[in-house]
Amino acid sequence: MNFPLPSFVAVSAANPWTYVLFAVIGFAFGYTLEMSGFGDSRKLAAQFYFTELTVLKVMFTAITVAMVLLFGAVGLGILDFSQVWVNPTYLASGIVGGLIMGVGFIVGGFCPTTSLASASTGKIDGMLFMLGGFVGAFLFGETEKYFDGWYTNAGYYGRLTLDQVFGIPVGAVVVIVILMALFMFWGSEQLERIFGKRDLSKEPKLRIAGAVALFAGAVAVLALGTPSIEDKYNKATFTRTETIEQVNADPIVNTTIYSADEMLANRLVFTSPAEVFKSRYNQSMNPVYIDVRSEADYNLYHIESAVNIPLERLTEVIPVLLSEPPANSVFILMSNDETAAIDAWKILVGSSVQNAYILEGGVNNWIAFFGESDKALQPAPNAGDDQLGYVFPAALGSRYESCDPDPIEYEKLEFEARIKLQLKRDKSGGGCG
Amino acid sequence: MTTQTRKSIFNRPEKAYVQPYLGGAILGIVLFLAFLLTGNGLGSSGATSRLDAALVDAIAPAHVDNTPYLLKMAGGDKNPLDDWIVPVFFGALFGGFTSGAFNGRLKITTTKGPNISNHTRWLMAFLGGVIFLYGARMARGCTSGQALSGGATLAAGSWVIMFAIFGGAYAVAYFVRKLWL
Repeated sequence: MNFPLPSFVAVSAANPWTYVLFAVIGFAFGYTLEMSGFGDSRKLAAQFYFTELTVLKVMFTAITVAMVLLFGAVGLGILDFSQVWVNPTYLASGIVGGLIMGVGFIVGGFCPTTSLASASTGKIDGMLFMLGGFVGAFLFGETEKYFDGWYTNAGYYGRLTLDQVFGIPVGAVVVIVILMALFMFWGSEQLERIFGKRDLSKEPKLRIAGAVALFAGAVAVLALGTPSIEDKYNKATFTRTETIEQVNADPIVNTTIYSADEMLANRLVFTSPAEVFKSRYNQSMNPVYIDVRSEADYNLYHIESAVNIPLERLTEVIPVLLSEPPANSVFILMSNDETAAIDAWKILVGSSVQNAYILEGGVNNWIAFFGESDKALQPAPNAGDDQLGYVFPAALGSRYESCDPDPIEYEKLEFEARIKLQLKRDKSGGGCG
Repeated sequence: MTTQTRKSIFNRPEKAYVQPYLGGAILGIVLFLAFLLTGNGLGSSGATSRLDAALVDAIAPAHVDNTPYLLKMAGGDKNPLDDWIVPVFFGALFGGFTSGAFNGRLKITTTKGPNISNHTRWLMAFLGGVIFLYGARMARGCTSGQALSGGATLAAGSWVIMFAIFGGAYAVAYFVRKLWL
């Protein structure tokens, strides 16, 4: 089974169970916070006077336990990390917002979710914090327009994880975070002994075993590593339905699940030049033409609005493809023929980029289809596999007529629709948004 | 019958809180399961602005169209409440209540430092809520959505935000010590 479960990545009226699942998750969240004592503002505020560091202990235990389990599941290939919501990094608004939150924390004695645990158990201060929260969030909505540019752009790095920042394996970061957390736990117990006059000998001995288990888990994550693109490519599946109309009966719907290699073998991911061209005028999708040829070939001739990402540099842009474009983006890969585009397709599929397709027959086929009347383009008889099959009088890029065919001239085109839009989760709906 | 039940919920002997490391470990497992099943972590501050947006949309829909931040949530035929974080928010409210009920902690009271009046505490709680949620929306998530969830996925920005929250609170703690000590 592949996690996360596709039908549960977002709430949807089509599947009411999603509401139930998220409510149950919320229930467990509120329950744990209340039973840890976070309904009491004194317990939260004590963190900042070193008398009781429950906040830090609960928070870092939760983070480290979840982190070890999460990256363990990723390492075992159970959980697809590219489908896990990772908060995009906005350094400037994050730092300023974080500092403001800190002030609100010590003045109000709660954070948003702990105020829920507090209010629901009858604490008047918790209720007022909640009420103030509605005012604060409203004020932000009203004032955001005055610094919209700063809020959306300053220090923006997209989906960025600590292993990428430091250029070390994820497992190593997990081990370092665990060591740091264990040191902080030790330090906070010392602070509680000094400032809170707490008798450490009464603390449960089991916590030492927990610390050892956590560290062992981190080492296991390091040993497991992360699945390679090849592993993930081999696990990828595609669902295609075929509807056969029946006379006097309901149509028969056949659902077939293909592996990635079967998709290639059955040519289900190859889309004709006509379909590629028409997709530009299809309101339901946002086609992105990715030209994986060399820059030299791209400069000679390329389809209007195609972006040049040579095959060897494709992996660099994958984080952007995963996090940036709208949910209805369709990535259409093209090389001169098909060889390089197929390699590129395998990389995208192995990286869990959805809606990736290949221009059938590549740019050569495009020219054969749309550029047959262009006298300037002469076929090159000796072109090898995946080389440009035409001779160009000049490197005009996308300024040949056939690069951007006239939509009126080609208004009617017959083609078999291969693009099946797979609507992934709208990324703006993830996280705390 | 009803009064009987209510009495038994509200007058239970108050039990002690769980050990912080145990509470944290359970919370960590809940967080992991959320990621495993849905790909999303935990959160709540997003629901606050979505409830706000729903309210504005009901009272003054034209205002939504003039406010870019609200437009993203409630523009056109979008329902601001149709988001995963809304059921999580109400689930958390109910979860807190249930834990309080089971452990004898349902009581109308005010938690505050020993040297301030209830009214001061109420004012400060309200003010703190205003400040916190303003910051949480600016940082695109609060202690749950950023520090917990982002921390566990090793999101770089979330770790920065986490330290900023602690930094902000420690920097101001000394000046507001009368509220708590």
